[in-house]
Amino acid sequence: MRRVKDKMIHGLFFLNGIFVVAILLGIFSLLVFTAFPAFKEINILDFLTGSIWNPDAYLEPSYGIVPMLVSTFMVTLGALVVAIPIGIGAAAYLSDVASPRVREVTKPIIEILAGIPSVVIGFLGIVLVGPFIAKVFGLSNGLNAINGSILLAVMALPTIISMSEDALTSVPSNYEQASLALGATKWQTVIKVKIPAALSGIIAACMLGMGRAVGETMTVLMATGCAPAMPKGFLDSVRTMTSTIAIELGEVAYNSTHYYALFAVGLVLFIITFIINMTSDIILHKYEKVHR
Amino acid sequence: MQGTAMKNEKFLNATSIFRSQATTQTSSKSVRGESASPVKKNIKIKVESFNFYYGNTWALKNIQIAIKENNVVGIIGPSGCGKSTFLRCINRMNDIIKNTRAEGFIYIDGKNIYEKDQDVVTLRRDVGMVFQKSNPFPKSVFENVAYGLRINGVKDQRVIAQKVEKSLKDAAIWDEVKDRLSDSPFSLSGGQQQRLCIARALAIEPRILLLDEPASALDPIATSKVEELIHQLKKEYTIIIVTHNMQQAARVSDFSAFFMMGELIEYDATSKIFTNPSNKITEDYVTGRFG
Ligand SMILES: Nc1ncnc2c1ncn2[C@@H]1O[C@H](COP(=O)(O)OP(=O)(O)O)[C@@H](O)[C@H]1O
Ligand SMILES: [Mg+2]
Repeated sequence: MRRVKDKMIHGLFFLNGIFVVAILLGIFSLLVFTAFPAFKEINILDFLTGSIWNPDAYLEPSYGIVPMLVSTFMVTLGALVVAIPIGIGAAAYLSDVASPRVREVTKPIIEILAGIPSVVIGFLGIVLVGPFIAKVFGLSNGLNAINGSILLAVMALPTIISMSEDALTSVPSNYEQASLALGATKWQTVIKVKIPAALSGIIAACMLGMGRAVGETMTVLMATGCAPAMPKGFLDSVRTMTSTIAIELGEVAYNSTHYYALFAVGLVLFIITFIINMTSDIILHKYEKVHR
Repeated sequence: MQGTAMKNEKFLNATSIFRSQATTQTSSKSVRGESASPVKKNIKIKVESFNFYYGNTWALKNIQIAIKENNVVGIIGPSGCGKSTFLRCINRMNDIIKNTRAEGFIYIDGKNIYEKDQDVVTLRRDVGMVFQKSNPFPKSVFENVAYGLRINGVKDQRVIAQKVEKSLKDAAIWDEVKDRLSDSPFSLSGGQQQRLCIARALAIEPRILLLDEPASALDPIATSKVEELIHQLKKEYTIIIVTHNMQQAARVSDFSAFFMMGELIEYDATSKIFTNPSNKITEDYVTGRFG
């Protein structure tokens, strides 16, 4: 009887797994099949290396995704530069320095931060961060890559902080004791022993944060200005892959080359986030093995 | 040197586990050139009316003990009697446990380490500790030993390399690891890992070494290597070693302290404790009637 029950539960979970994989494969094949016709008219090399995205041009429409790849890359990189030091610092503070009281108050707040809808963050970008950036750099408006980076950093922070903190707290306490017994201070112990010991967990946290930043749409759509030209710097307006799809898919003619091309962009985005998530998963597994 | 060799011989000879106190007393000199005279040793650690509490648990009860420089003191007693607690009080590692309280005095070189102005970081640099379960960092063998130097602000790579080598030699593990300094310490055997931890503690040149059952997880050969090492180290360090292996206490220590239920029952020369203790409970314990 017990064994039958065990088997059933086992089967149920197995089906669940199959279901999730099936959905993933479904999405992937939908993207592939809808993207495929685009390459009847667009040279795939031009698509991947072209530096002009102008599907509406009357004579010669061009479908180069480099500007949006660069935009996505810039905004993501900027977000990580802001979020990683703050995230790790906050995690170290919470796991090792903060009193239990502070921790009790802070953890739920961080979780709430993770639940703020992206449209609200984008709104803050327009009314708060944008004007601030415009003032600091003397620009006419602050809707640019930096704005997007800051907002995405805010969105990636909860993930980075809470996962890094988990990684830090799971470092065996005997490392910490050994370090303290050698006369290291708390901060020396965190920086030189705990963070290196938890590094793969922290890297995985940052990669997941990055995955989120790469795929985030609404915030960057609202806060980065969305000029389709190739960005020259962080103070330029940028248009990421996600915002391009969001802006154009609603207006494009069904089954046109442009329509298929947008799916091709989606496919590229899917592959990028898939690689990022896979990598963080592999790192995380390695980490679990090392720490038995 | 000669004295050491003699001691080792005796140590290897299983029948004579008690060494005469006289040899030890005269053969070791204060290497640090402090005011210690070669014959009569200074009191290094003096514990007075010391009590320790974990919350409501009264773990150490009115402890009085005086430990001489360059002696090896063995702490024995049934498990849970407060041996580790006592050890951790001497470098104030108990400070990191929440909800604990210490009362009384522990003087090291005449200074009360429970005074308000005592900096625990400085204290712990002077009082090294080796734990029961070897706990090397997940860094290379070299970096494990270099760690204490680096956090002390030593930057010169040559100095670091020299001190790492010296510490590994002092911990009698250099020959075994000199070709694998950049390997992970987890590829070493348990005994090697423990000696690596001892080397790590030696690197910052403490004056006192606290060893909490350093050989309890080791096989007999590794254990004898660690014991041999302790004989070598007492020339330069004052050593307190917790052990619940009575033979080990008899082999390595000059003085022995018997703890029970948080109390120090008897403290005397090791040969006396093991052959002719003054307290009946001590006698029962060392003859294996309980514990
Ligand atoms: N971290 C702790 N918190 C609360 N009680 C503790 C803690 N560590 C030890 N104790 C208690 O203090 C007493 C002495 O423990 P310990 O010093 O570890 O004994 P020993 O090392 O002699 O086996 C025991 O009763 C033990 O339960
Ligand atoms: Mg113990």
